[in-house]
Amino acid sequence: MPTIHCAACIAKIEKALAATPSIHSARVNLTLKRVSIEAVPDMTAADAKAVVEGAGYEAHELDSTALSATQADRAGRELLMRLAVAGFAAMNVMLLSIAVWSGAEGPTRDLFHWISAAIVLPAVAFSAQPFFRNAWSALRAGQLNMDVPISLAIALALGTSLWETTLSGEHAYFDAAIALTFFLLAGRYLDHRTRAVARSAAQELTALEVPRAWRVTADGEEQVPVAELRVGDLIHIRPGGRMPVDGEITDGRSELDRSLLTGETLPVLAEPGQAVSAGEVNLTGPLTIRASAVGRDTSLHRMADLVAIAESGRSRYTSLADKAAKLYAPGVHILSALAFVGWYLYAQDLRVALNIAAAVLIITCPCALGLAVPAVTTAASGRLFKQGLLIKDATALERLAQVDTVVFDKTGTLTAGTPELTNLDHLDTRAVQIALALAEGSQHPLSRAVAEAARAAGIAPADVTGCREVPGHGTEGLWNGQRVRFGRSAWAGGGQSEETAAWLSVGDAPAIAFTFTDRLRDGAAEAVAAFQTAGKRVILMSGDAPHPVESLANRLGIDTWMAEARPEDKAARIDALTAEGAHVLMVGDGLNDTVALASAHVSISPASALDAARVASDIVLLGHALTPLPEAAQTAHKATRRIRENFTIATWYNIIAVPLAIAGLCSPLIAALAMSASSITVSLNALRLR
Amino acid sequence: MNVLTYLIPISLILGSLGLAFFVFTIRSNQYEDPEGDAQRILSGEYDDKPKQE
Repeated sequence: MPTIHCAACIAKIEKALAATPSIHSARVNLTLKRVSIEAVPDMTAADAKAVVEGAGYEAHELDSTALSATQADRAGRELLMRLAVAGFAAMNVMLLSIAVWSGAEGPTRDLFHWISAAIVLPAVAFSAQPFFRNAWSALRAGQLNMDVPISLAIALALGTSLWETTLSGEHAYFDAAIALTFFLLAGRYLDHRTRAVARSAAQELTALEVPRAWRVTADGEEQVPVAELRVGDLIHIRPGGRMPVDGEITDGRSELDRSLLTGETLPVLAEPGQAVSAGEVNLTGPLTIRASAVGRDTSLHRMADLVAIAESGRSRYTSLADKAAKLYAPGVHILSALAFVGWYLYAQDLRVALNIAAAVLIITCPCALGLAVPAVTTAASGRLFKQGLLIKDATALERLAQVDTVVFDKTGTLTAGTPELTNLDHLDTRAVQIALALAEGSQHPLSRAVAEAARAAGIAPADVTGCREVPGHGTEGLWNGQRVRFGRSAWAGGGQSEETAAWLSVGDAPAIAFTFTDRLRDGAAEAVAAFQTAGKRVILMSGDAPHPVESLANRLGIDTWMAEARPEDKAARIDALTAEGAHVLMVGDGLNDTVALASAHVSISPASALDAARVASDIVLLGHALTPLPEAAQTAHKATRRIRENFTIATWYNIIAVPLAIAGLCSPLIAALAMSASSITVSLNALRLR
Repeated sequence: MNVLTYLIPISLILGSLGLAFFVFTIRSNQYEDPEGDAQRILSGEYDDKPKQE
């Protein structure tokens, strides 16, 4: 329910639902803007939707199988619990440590160390498990990741501190070990939250399309989930409905909108015997189709195989954090080992050498690095989410920042997919009046465009009687005793047209053409212009005929365009661009774009796109307008700069503190100060993005 | 210094009480709908007779 926002809405909806006898209980979740309902078994979601809409709110059904929030939720909850335990332990140990730093001596210091150990050991054993587990699996695979130095630092710090404590020594790093765990867990939690928000929003988009179909059986029609359809079933498709499966038309005439699959804007005539593919939209008349391929075998799903191939070909992008870790992890280990060996040879004292090695590991531990990336991505994703962009992939922001070439699809991406009448000014008013009268009785997109344009121009409909829609052809009626027809060229007796056109014939007079163009999506012109001013190359690729593609390219000022491109052509072109060294951003919505979306450096699809296209892209545009895109590129650029800055800050802290640690001058106090200060600086730096 | 024998356990107990309460709030799903809960408190309607299961 996208429109609820206050306490009154909650009360009204829950009351309305509770008043329905077949509903046991209903609870609104305002944060997610959803309501969950427990009801008697024969209650359908449509009934509940009607109740909510009766109360005055917009409602959509969500497919519960597509929402797997519970699992992600459990992981988040577990992390939060570990974070809480680490935070609690860190606070208490810090209190004790401050006493030690300010000069506690002798038995008091030993007592404090022992209490710290008693708090920290179990706390670390519980909280730091994710690090230990990751480090172990990396080591088993013979690799080094960020978690290896982390785990080693924590373990070594605890080990030497325990040893020191038993010998009533001066330096114990219990506070450092637990603070380290706490800061790193905070980074992990931020990371998890960002991803969980994106995942739940993406799942919601998928869940909005509840797959249902009307199956024709011996005793009438029944509504069934698409998953239950079998090959050979007869399926009834209403005007405006989308084909759930591949099949062949057995009954009915209509027109099909195939723009999501091929990018063509012209509707195609549908007659019995013709093959249809899943994803096509039925426009005018009811159709009955016999399923020839269902589920995984449909053409929609076969496209998924092509996407998988394209994805495996995509050069694996190494994120900035991974690059840093690759440089960092071995360096840290070598440094600390060198310090250990050096001090052992110099002082011939195992205890001193171990202490120094632990200090080096703690100082260099990538605490700030662990926070540097998640803090920035959280801030940037939050900002982009407010602008209506959903970042699905963790590294999408970094990749978006590198983009220098932008490839747009035409139908459904730069254009809204709804036609617009272009030649109203050149038409005879009488003709428009007749066309309006005929168009008003039809739900066909072209008819609606005529009605809208004529109404806006203040034209009243002519007096046409006996209007009737002939599915697949158009609308006809009687005007002044003459037969009038408005529809397809062949039927209304029109000629050929390069553009999308509908023809009006009055009696025996020659037919008049009404031409249409695809309406531009809001902000399309601004987005293209902004990308061009930012010095990026903009390319238009479409599966549509050359004429409409060229006229759109000219309208938007795009020099490079490509028409009648098949899915493979688009992907091949993008591969060619990539081979030339370009970083391509692909923006597309159709099934014919999915391969291109997967093979581009980074990809964006609007929320109106097919599920397959949304899955293949890294970023989903939730709103209707395209204006947020250039801003997103800018935000991504800024975010990457912040990440680099954060790495620089963390490195400087290390450069200053590491020599101290190696020289043996680093007390636990300095370690704690350096660590907290660097973590806080990188977090504050990240927050500047908001 | 004998005061420490009381103060340290007291501070630890208070701290762990806080932790225990936090764990309780997580366990009882109190972070599922923060916005809704903030709004619900403003509602003047009282449900005296909730539907029985």
